[in-house]
Amino acid sequence: MSESHHDPDKPKDPNLPSRRHWLLALGVGLNVVAGAMLSIPLIGFVMSSFLEKKDNRDWIALGPLEGFPEKTTRIATYRNPFTRPWDGQTADIPCWVRHIQGNAFQVFAINCTHLGCPVRWFEESGLFLCPCHGGAYYEDGEKAAGPPPRGLFQYDYKVEKGRLWVRGGQMPTLSNPV
Amino acid sequence: MNTLRKAAVWLDERLHLTALYSSTAGHEVPASAGSWFYVFGSATLLCFIIQVITGTLLAFVYVPSTNEAYTSLEYLNHVQFWGWYLRAVHNWGSNFMVALMTLHMIQVFLFGAYKYPRELTWASGIVLMLVTLGMAFTGQVLRFDQDAYWGLTIGASITGRVPLIGGQLVHLLLAGPIIAGETLSRFFTLHVFIIPGTIIAVVSMHLRLVLTKGINEYPKPGKIVRRSTYDAEYAEIIRKEGVPFVPDAIDKDLIFAALTIVAILTAAFFFGPKGPGGPPNPTLVDTNPRPDFYFLSIFAALALLPDWMEVLILFIAPALGIGFLFALPFISGTGEKSAQRRPVAVLSVLFIMLTIGTLTYMGQTSPWSPKMNAWSGDPIPVQYVQGRTPTELKGAIVFQNKQCRNCHSLGGEGGERGPALDAVATRLTKDELVRQVIQGGGNMPAYGKKLSPAETEALVEFMATLRPKTTPSVKPSEKPSNKLPHDFAVLVPPAR
Repeated sequence: MSESHHDPDKPKDPNLPSRRHWLLALGVGLNVVAGAMLSIPLIGFVMSSFLEKKDNRDWIALGPLEGFPEKTTRIATYRNPFTRPWDGQTADIPCWVRHIQGNAFQVFAINCTHLGCPVRWFEESGLFLCPCHGGAYYEDGEKAAGPPPRGLFQYDYKVEKGRLWVRGGQMPTLSNPV
Repeated sequence: MNTLRKAAVWLDERLHLTALYSSTAGHEVPASAGSWFYVFGSATLLCFIIQVITGTLLAFVYVPSTNEAYTSLEYLNHVQFWGWYLRAVHNWGSNFMVALMTLHMIQVFLFGAYKYPRELTWASGIVLMLVTLGMAFTGQVLRFDQDAYWGLTIGASITGRVPLIGGQLVHLLLAGPIIAGETLSRFFTLHVFIIPGTIIAVVSMHLRLVLTKGINEYPKPGKIVRRSTYDAEYAEIIRKEGVPFVPDAIDKDLIFAALTIVAILTAAFFFGPKGPGGPPNPTLVDTNPRPDFYFLSIFAALALLPDWMEVLILFIAPALGIGFLFALPFISGTGEKSAQRRPVAVLSVLFIMLTIGTLTYMGQTSPWSPKMNAWSGDPIPVQYVQGRTPTELKGAIVFQNKQCRNCHSLGGEGGERGPALDAVATRLTKDELVRQVIQGGGNMPAYGKKLSPAETEALVEFMATLRPKTTPSVKPSEKPSNKLPHDFAVLVPPAR
């Protein structure tokens, strides 16, 4: 390289990288490395749902058992176990509690398994009906009619200290049933 | 005067404004492009500018927090000076933007403007269409009310159907496992920073391509586009009848632009802002979620499709459709441009618009949804209970109390999920009625567990009276065995 400075007329070997080319390559290379370093936290921040492996659910009390008489289906709400101060009303999650008898319950997610709209309970006909596309479920959550691909999502539940608990915190979808 | 001229020349030498003008606004276009059909693109861009301005102003007041968004929308509507009007202009601006974009796209398609050498102008337009629909969806979420909440739920449920990575994608979409504070922030960022930034970048490319590749000449039937000759032909058109876009071809764009602004302002004034509807409180489950106008057709398709087809239609059909749109200029990049010689193109546009229009109408009326309060709100018409026996009257009460009305109408009132039952006795015998009620089938739930034998009997006695006076009830022996019953679809569940 030094020859080219001393003797500008001497034709350069095109295969020999010049000092300028070398600096350009270094500049590009350094930026590729720096860019990769920058992108790691950016991508990790945005794609955290793919990277973080944690259970988004926790046990939360729905209330005393007296609130759910046997052979009835009632709506219950719980406060999402993981909240932010600015969640507001969105952290209040409804669900349907069916008390079969004794300690036997079924706790259904409010979301229709078709596309997540809130199903409503109709006591007299013993059906859950969805207002969006007309999905219908029997009182035990099994699909009765309409487009839903499966029965209602059911929460894990337990009875402890006279209260009914469910494991909540995640919106149920076909990929993440509660 | 001389001093002024000197000053102008001095400025131009530094700012190169004449050069900028002649390479942009003053670029030569075919005189035939000064047509009323060529005004939709600039009007769409105008709508975008209105959206940016009104959106920026709304962001002065709007609070992108799940706890405060709803209140800030109410504040905009009722307290902030002219807040309601700006929200209305923003809403109608978006309606007009989607409508004009659609017209622009149809015009470009029917005029063959996507053909050689404007393939990338078309492709960038497809990107713009997709991101504009992205703006429509995210904007609907920012109007953070009940419909926005459940719209997000629907979006998440659709995402949750993606094979393998659906679960993570749901979390990515909602910024967490459930709709909460971070969800709205995410959609705010998309609606206010990411997508508008993308639109500005892609619009720049779109316009740059319009300048470099020229505006499509008004197509003449029989004039064929060939890759080998088109560029020379276009240069010849420009040489012969080229006029500077400003001032010679912009007149109709200007008039249409002003009319568009006035139309948006007028619609906003008379129809006002959209929502917010009910508060975004998930525990209020007596709700009837519906997406905004633009997505009603998809919403309807999801109700009407057989369930095995849903994943196909949700993911594969859009991928194929969008892929086809991108591929279009490469599939039919040459040949006839005029719509008069392209019947398949014209029919395709008509077919697609009719399909979307019909689905949108059906999404609006949603006949597949049970009418949730029909059982308690719509009485049985008097003539259906007059002169009935006590058992039949008891059956009418069962009919009402067991919420049959939510899906079956009588006298035109009630749900449309199932068939109207005004003349059911002319179609089903008593035995068939019992079977249908007890076992359900054909998309009807079984009521066997919820009806006592006495209730079933009374219900069927009542339904057996439901027929026009002049038409006799159907009797088992009358039905020819080789003929399907009238409502075959109700009796026989669809084959799987």
